[in-house]
Formats: sequence, structure tokens, C-alpha cells
Amino acid sequence: MFYREAGQFKTSYEADQQVFPILQDKIGIGAILIIGLVVVPLTGSDFMITSIMIPFLIFSLATIGLNILTGYAGQLSLGSGAFMGVGAYACYKLTTIFPDANLVVLVLLSGFFSAAIGMVFGLPSLRIKGLYLAVTTLAAQFFLEWCFIRVPWLYNYNASGAIEVPERTGFGGIILSGPAASPLTRYFLVLGLVILITIIMKNIVRGRVGRSWMMIRDMDIAAELIGVRPLVAKLSAFAVSSYVCGVAGALMVFSWLGAAEPAAFSINLSFQILFMAILGGLGSLVGSFMGAAFIWILPVLIRFGMPAVGIDIAAETVEHTTRMIVGALIIFFLIVEPHGLVRLWQIAKEKLRVWPFPYV
Amino acid sequence: MDFLYSIFVDPFVQMVQMPDFLLQVLWEGIVGGILYALIALGFVLIFKASGVFNFAQGIMVVFAALTLVGLYEKGVPALAALVLAVGVMALLAICVERFVMRPLVNQPDIILLMATIGLTYFLVGLGEFIFGGEPKVMIANELGLPSGSVVLEPEGWGPGGSPGLISLQKIDIAATVIAAIMIVALAIFFNKTRIGRALRAVADDHQAALSVGISLNQIWAIVWFAAGVVALVTGIMWGARSDVSFALEIVALKALPVLILGGFTSIPGAIVGGLIIGVGEKIGEIYWGPLVGGGIESWLAYGIALVFLIFRPQGLFGEKIIERV
Amino acid sequence: MGVAMAALTGAWTAPAFAEDSIYIQMPTYRTGPYAGSGIPIANGMVDYLNMLNERDGGVGGVKLMVEECETGYDTQKGVECYEAAKAKGTVVFNPWSTGITLQVIPKAGVDKIPVLSMAYGLSAAAEGNTFPWVFNPPMTYWDGASGVIKYIADKEGGMDKLKGKKIGYIFLDAGYGREPIPLLEKFAGEFGFTLMQYPVPPKEMQNQSSQWLNVRRDQPDYMVMWGWGAMNPTAIKEATKIRYPMDKFIGVWWSGGEDDARAGGADAKGYKTLNFNAVGSEFQALSDIKAKLIDAGKSQTDAGKLGENLYNRGVVNSVIVAEAIRVAQEKTGKKVITGEDMRVGLENLKIDEARLKELGLEGFMAPMAISCGDHSGHNMMYVQEWDGEKWVKASEWFEPMTDVVKPMLAAAADEYKTKNAPWPERTEACAN
Repeated sequence: MFYREAGQFKTSYEADQQVFPILQDKIGIGAILIIGLVVVPLTGSDFMITSIMIPFLIFSLATIGLNILTGYAGQLSLGSGAFMGVGAYACYKLTTIFPDANLVVLVLLSGFFSAAIGMVFGLPSLRIKGLYLAVTTLAAQFFLEWCFIRVPWLYNYNASGAIEVPERTGFGGIILSGPAASPLTRYFLVLGLVILITIIMKNIVRGRVGRSWMMIRDMDIAAELIGVRPLVAKLSAFAVSSYVCGVAGALMVFSWLGAAEPAAFSINLSFQILFMAILGGLGSLVGSFMGAAFIWILPVLIRFGMPAVGIDIAAETVEHTTRMIVGALIIFFLIVEPHGLVRLWQIAKEKLRVWPFPYV
Repeated sequence: MDFLYSIFVDPFVQMVQMPDFLLQVLWEGIVGGILYALIALGFVLIFKASGVFNFAQGIMVVFAALTLVGLYEKGVPALAALVLAVGVMALLAICVERFVMRPLVNQPDIILLMATIGLTYFLVGLGEFIFGGEPKVMIANELGLPSGSVVLEPEGWGPGGSPGLISLQKIDIAATVIAAIMIVALAIFFNKTRIGRALRAVADDHQAALSVGISLNQIWAIVWFAAGVVALVTGIMWGARSDVSFALEIVALKALPVLILGGFTSIPGAIVGGLIIGVGEKIGEIYWGPLVGGGIESWLAYGIALVFLIFRPQGLFGEKIIERV
Repeated sequence: MGVAMAALTGAWTAPAFAEDSIYIQMPTYRTGPYAGSGIPIANGMVDYLNMLNERDGGVGGVKLMVEECETGYDTQKGVECYEAAKAKGTVVFNPWSTGITLQVIPKAGVDKIPVLSMAYGLSAAAEGNTFPWVFNPPMTYWDGASGVIKYIADKEGGMDKLKGKKIGYIFLDAGYGREPIPLLEKFAGEFGFTLMQYPVPPKEMQNQSSQWLNVRRDQPDYMVMWGWGAMNPTAIKEATKIRYPMDKFIGVWWSGGEDDARAGGADAKGYKTLNFNAVGSEFQALSDIKAKLIDAGKSQTDAGKLGENLYNRGVVNSVIVAEAIRVAQEKTGKKVITGEDMRVGLENLKIDEARLKELGLEGFMAPMAISCGDHSGHNMMYVQEWDGEKWVKASEWFEPMTDVVKPMLAAAADEYKTKNAPWPERTEACAN
């Protein structure tokens, strides 16, 4: 009744090719943006902004990165955590070398380093496929992790072996990073970049490049036969994916954690991102947000929500139950809807279209 | 020049000068390799029969070992605890088949892989919930496993012609023997028994197997159980080397390069792959590792596997991949 | 949904302290690969504070609200715990992980929450003038490393005897294990011994045969270990396997859990670690814990584990917290203190023999004092030895080589300051 496209006529190709062709979708996305840009900053507590919203957005971005590679181009990767690390370390080095440069520019630049490394480790994908490739991306994961520990130049020879975020200002003296940066500044910085990159990615995946990725994913030999060059398609997927992951990694350290040891980019981070991508739905940008919300926010809600509503249990029991619940929910969702949360959302939309008279 | 010397000459000089040490390194590599191979074996069993890349094998190792030690600490005699632990693994296999595998039949590989990662999460939570997070000491002695070591001192094998020293841990020898027995038993099981043949039929073609009256569900429960038993044995062996704790799960990741080296579907591949990785990474770490500051073991195995893979994308013993449009 | 969530988060992060209680959040890890070391510490920390609540009604008549926050030794969750602690108004934050400590060090001054990293974290944080909000008593890793070298020299018969010796250093390859390396390297140059490093990657904690094969080849005269969690028992087992002489194998205080040494069985006899707290439960305060909490079923501690080394370590942490609260109350005259008052309390903390006696902890730890410029105190330590079943004291209390460590700490703090420029200058006055 409310979600129906009847009567919305497209009179030009432009109108037909919009990202959100239906009016209701436009209103919906507008509402989400208003919530993100106005409602959350106005009403959210510091805890909610720093421990729920910022990580959620950063993880969404990383998931989009992985989704480009795994969901759109069909190359399973377990190394996204390390690529995030490359972005973080690159950003750290850049800000050491150019302390006066605007942090946003540096974050966006650091993604290119990650993209370059990603392309190097993407080379085997030309020969190795499927689960075998997944295991070789682990080589990237472990090798890069080792580099983060063993190349002291990367962390400026700090005795602690960690990278620590210095205070950086930009846009006319606003403190963007470091302990003095207010949660709201950091939130808007992250949100702005996430919106920007999401828009760019949306347009890449529905364009020629994105289509060549999907052809490679669906059947690489067939794609090759009709003129998609696997070298270009696969490596561009690795590059774009690593770029987005790298930016997410830089944001993770600069806008969220504040300091990072190499262990922060361990294999567990890769798994976390992979979970988000698969649960949200492979090959969907909206799904990336849903997956990130599910995997990040749910445990936080359980962890801090259970004691808050008066269920008084020991901290570690909460942790155990969280793990069990998340594990069981993952399996449950895979059984109910292997195409992820986004598929549930699409089904809901289909139902809404014909509601309340599904049989007409 | 010095640099080239230290890469290409010095390690070999060291090997020749201290042959007893080289043998010790090789032995450690072989033992490590066999333990990797045991974990990989669990993966292969399940992958062969159901095409599932069972990521939960690592946590199954921990879970099995924890069950064994946990039961013993509750006062169950060692051997009874062993039997009960096998029982728990059987129960786990049945539950996994019923609640995870059956509803997910015919899904793409990646979904099944994800489901096993979900299972990993669940088992970590459950294991810590039941047994707590403290590391436990493996009850190797109570299970009748030997302790102590056999020491060989061959004349003139040490540095500068002194007597050499090669110490072989009895538990490692036992691990090797048990692994060998288990592989032979699995081979016989696969080739000579009715269930084993049914398993191979399922591995070849699910639908064809179904059409001749083989119950997929039953077969899957059996392979998961077999993988569980393999996990228990692995857990006992690793546990005896260090202790039983959740950190062991990370060691299990080492089985992945073994798998890609040997091929996902080959039992001999798992063994040979395990030995190559085990020996390769030890030799690499000991003789070449110091050049770059050590600790290269964490990725060297993947590097070795990657090199092999470039030339044989399906692994050493994997089935040839035929692609059709 | 956003609004609903905002309401929810608001509800559980609202300042939790009532008028008459002090809120303390305790990040702990009872899960994950380091749980083996984390559980006894968590028990010790929580038990002591709860015992104060039961026995004395808190500190200075104010109840302590103790809440655990599970970090799993994971830096992501660590930040989350910190944010939750900040929202609820904790008076002190004990990260219990070097990684989490590094994350919160710059935030502490901004959020006015003192960070207590007891004998871990960033060594340079001992410089109170650079790090007014960070405390690492009773000593730093560099003190510990100097202590080990001093002990070795003592056994050899003097510092000059170290010349030409080989000292092996096996460590967890993370910030924690790498921290002492600069000091050890400096000593190696100064005293003429060779330092051989054996890094253990965290993923390979339970698979150390390569490292120990290297040890066997190099034959170091002494082995020093900076291990944690599952790394410790594995290292001790491997050492017995290559027949390394155990009495020449010395661990840092974090490598001294009973479970760690027990894994090596009787062969581990002679293994030594540093320590700064007594082992055993024959102390009045611990008996009180047993009577008030464990016997009453109000604790997670297994009665048999009371008085174990890491449990007592946790108790030391809580003694410092409780004493600092008491000092803060005296200094400020307030009953319910804030983070800022707590900082003053920590900075003026002085626990002497007499006070320890009052606390029912005579001989439990060395007397310690923190001052405005020195947030560590460089207090005394001793060496303990595993006799096959339990830890026994193997040396008298001795001091670290403060004269060497202090200038290095100052230099390191300056370096931190320049690298993290603009680093805020200290504005907090040194309270009398």
C-alpha cells in the first residue's frame, strides 16, 4: 500500500537508471541519512557514538571492500584484516612525513598503498581459484602481519612496537584525530567518508567495471570468451577492494582505536569482516551495512544490555553466551537465508509491494 | 658478498658441521608435520564426503581434548573419560549433521564454509562455558602414553667431532606410531568396508550415491564422527606437547597450507603435505630465519604452499580440476 | 530505531555511581588464548575489593562498586570497555593488556581517568611529568630486565663476569615482549655479553620447537623469558625437552603462574621468575577473603587456588587501588572521589611496612611509594624458584638498577612526546 511503484513513470533513460528509481526508496534513504547526520549526533551518548556507531561505520566500509572482491568478483579472501593494516600503517607513515596535511586527504591516499599491495597478492588469483585462493590470501595475511612486527620503520621505531595516533587538525583548526578529537568530529569524519565511498562504489559496481567483475564471478571462462580480460578484471577487483579496506583500516586506527598493535589486524579481523559480508549478503552494498550492524551491534547489545535490564551474570558468561548466540545465529541465518540479510529485506519489499492484497 | 654467503653457503656449512643437530631438526619437523597432517586429515575426511571445508576442525581438536581432560578432572577414570569423549564427539557429529549439514545441503561452498565458522564460534563459547578458560594439563601418563625421551649419542656427530646428541621424545614417537596406525585403519576402512565404499561413492557423486540407496545423512554423521575421533587423537598429542587451552585453535590454522599443498581430497596428500610443511618450515626457520630476525615460521608454510600451488593449482595430490563452460 | 537505541545505550551507560559509592570498572579476560593467566588475576582483583566491601564496608566508609568488563585480551573490546567505563564514571582504569594500555594512554588525560598499568604497559609512562595520568608501579619492564641481569651477574660473581657470556631472550613477539629489548641491548654493549633473541609469534605460542632448537644450537649461558598465557607452559616444556639447565632459565613476573611451571612437571624444578608479591595464603587479608567470600560462595575463586602467584598479583593491584582511594579521600576530604581525585591519590601513594601490617598483608609485597615525577617507584623485587610443586623464594628483595633505568625512561618519554607531538604539557599541580 505504501510501497508501490504504480504511477511512477520513467520518461527518460536518466530517470530509468537512477540508483533509487522508486520514490519510496528515495524517501527511505533520505530518512536514514537524516538519522545518521542529525538524529544520532543530537541524541546519541558518547558511548553510543564511539563504541557503536563509529565502529559500525568502519566495519561497514571494510565489508564493502571485501564485498567488492568476494561478492562482486567472486574471489574469496581471508586477508582483508591485513589489507586494513596496510592502510593504517600507510596513513601513520604519511602523517609522520606530512604532519600538516589534512588527515582526510592522507586517509584517502593511504588506500592506494593498500591497493598496490592488494594487487601483488592478487596475482596468484589468475591461476588459483576458489577455496585454494582463500588459503593463499592467508599467506598475505600472515606475511603482512609479520611485516608489521618486523619492519620497525613502519612504526617509526617506537619501543612499544605499536602505532599511536598523533593529534591532527584540519578544516580550519578542527581537531580530527588524537585523544582531544571529540566523538562527534570523528563520527562525522567517518560518516562523510563512508557515504562518499559508498556512492562511488555503487556507481562502479553498476558500471562496466562492476559488470565485468560479476561476469568473472559467475563463470570466468565464459567471461573470458566474450572478451573480459581476467587479468584486468581480477586485479582491478583486488585493487578497489584493498583500497576500500585500506581506508577502513586507516579510519579504524585514527578515528576509533587510537593506537594499534599488529595484533589488531590479525586473522580474527579478517574473519569478522568475512562474517559481516556473508551474513549481510554477498554482492550487495546495503547488505554490507546490515551485516556490519548485525555482527558488531548485536554482541554489544548483549554484552551491555543484559546487565542493564537486570540479568546479573558474570562478565565472562556474557562473553560465552554472546559467542554461542552469534555462532548459532550465523548458522541459523545461513540455513534460513543463505543470501544474507539483504535477501530478507528484498523479500520484505516484495511482500510490501503487494500488501495488503497479495492474492490479487 | 657476506649477505650472499649467509644465504647460500653458511646454512649448509652449519648442517654439515653439526649433523646431529640437523637430524634433530628433521625429527622435530617430521613430528610437527605429522601433527599438522593429523589436523589436515580431519579436514580431508569431511571435504571428501561432503565438499564442506570444515573450518571447525581446529576447535574440534580443542573441544575433544577439553572434554577428555574435563571429565578426568571431574573424577572419571582416564580410560572411561576417553570412551566418554569419543561418545561426546559422536553426539557432536550427529548434532552437526542434523542441525547444520542437513538443512544446508546443496548450498555453495562458501556458505558451508561460513556455517563451519559459525560452528567454530559456537563451540568456542560452549567449550569455555562448560570447561572454563584455564589451560589444563593433558593426562598423557594416565592414558598410558610414554613420557621421557630416548637419547642417541652417535660418536663424532656433534660439533667438532664430539659425540652428538639426538633426543627423541617418547610421546613424539608414540604420536608417529599412532598416526601411522590411524592412517592405515582409515585406509582399510575406506577401501574394505561397506560404509567406507559408500563414503567414497558419496564423495564421487552425491546424486548417484543417493540413487543407489546410500543415506547421505548417515554417511555425513559418520564422517563427522571420524573427523571427531581424529580431532581427539590430535588433541591428546598436541595437548601433551604444550597444554590444553583455546590457544591451540590457532595452531590448527597451520593445517591449511598442508591442505592446499596436499589437495583437499587426498589422504596421502595430507600426510605428504604435512611432512613437507613441517620439515620445510623448521629447516627454514632454523637455518634461514635468523637472517631476517626469526619468526618467519608463521607465514613460511603458506609461502611454500603458494609456490607449489602456482605450478599445480589443485595441490600435489588433488583431483584434476576440469572446467567447462 | 536510532532513537530506541539511543535510549537503550543511555540507560546502561548513565553514570552508575550512587551518592555513596565509588564505581570501579575492572577489565578482565576470562576468555581467549590468554585466559589461563587472566582468570587468577581477575579473581584476585575482584575478591580483594569485594572483601573490603564485606569487611569494612568499602574504603573510608564508601562502598566500592566493582564491575568486570570482559576484554578477551582484544584491543577492540578493550576500547569498548574503556568507553563504557568512562560513561559510567570509573575512578581508575586497569587495562591488563599492553595493547589496550597504549590505546588509552593518550585518552586518559583528556577524559580525566587515571590509568593503572601495574608492572606492564609502556615503561616510559613512569615519567610522571610527561604522563601525569598513567601509573605503572611497582616497577617497569625495564626495571625487571635490569633486575634479571643484576641477578645473573650476582650468580656469576659480579658485573664484570658477564663479559663474553651469551644471554638468550625468548619473548612473545608483540609490544609486550619487545619492550625490554632496548635496555637489554644497551646492557649487552655495556657489560660485553651477547644477546640472542628468540621471538615467539603469538600464533605459534604453543609450537615453539624451532625457537628451542635454536637455543640448543646457540647454547646461551642464561635464558630470559618474557612470556604470557599459553606461551609459558609450552616454553618450560620445550626447555626441559632440550635439557636446558632450568636454574639458568629466568622468567619475568608474568611468566610465573603455578600452572605454567606445573606443565613442566618435576623436570621444571629450578625454573626461576621475578616476582614482587609473596606466594601463599597465610596472610590475614587473604584469610578474610576466604572467610567472607569464598566460604560464603560469593566468589568465583576455587579455594585451592587462593594464594597462588597470579591471584596474589591481582590482589596487589587491588591493594594499590584501594590504598590510592584512601589517600585520595584523605587529601581531598571528599568521601566519594572522582577520577581526578584518584590521580592525586595514586600520585601520593605510599604503602610502608606499617601500613602493610595494618592491612593484614605483612611481607606480602615490598613497601612502595609513588611520587609526582616518578609514577613507577622502581620498587623492589625478588627471584622465586619452582621446587617441583610450588614457588619458593630464592633471593632476598633487591632493587633494580634504577640509576641506569631512570635516564633511559626519561629519554624514552621525551621520544614519545616528540613522536606524538603535540603532546600536552603537564598542567596538573603536584599536590603536596
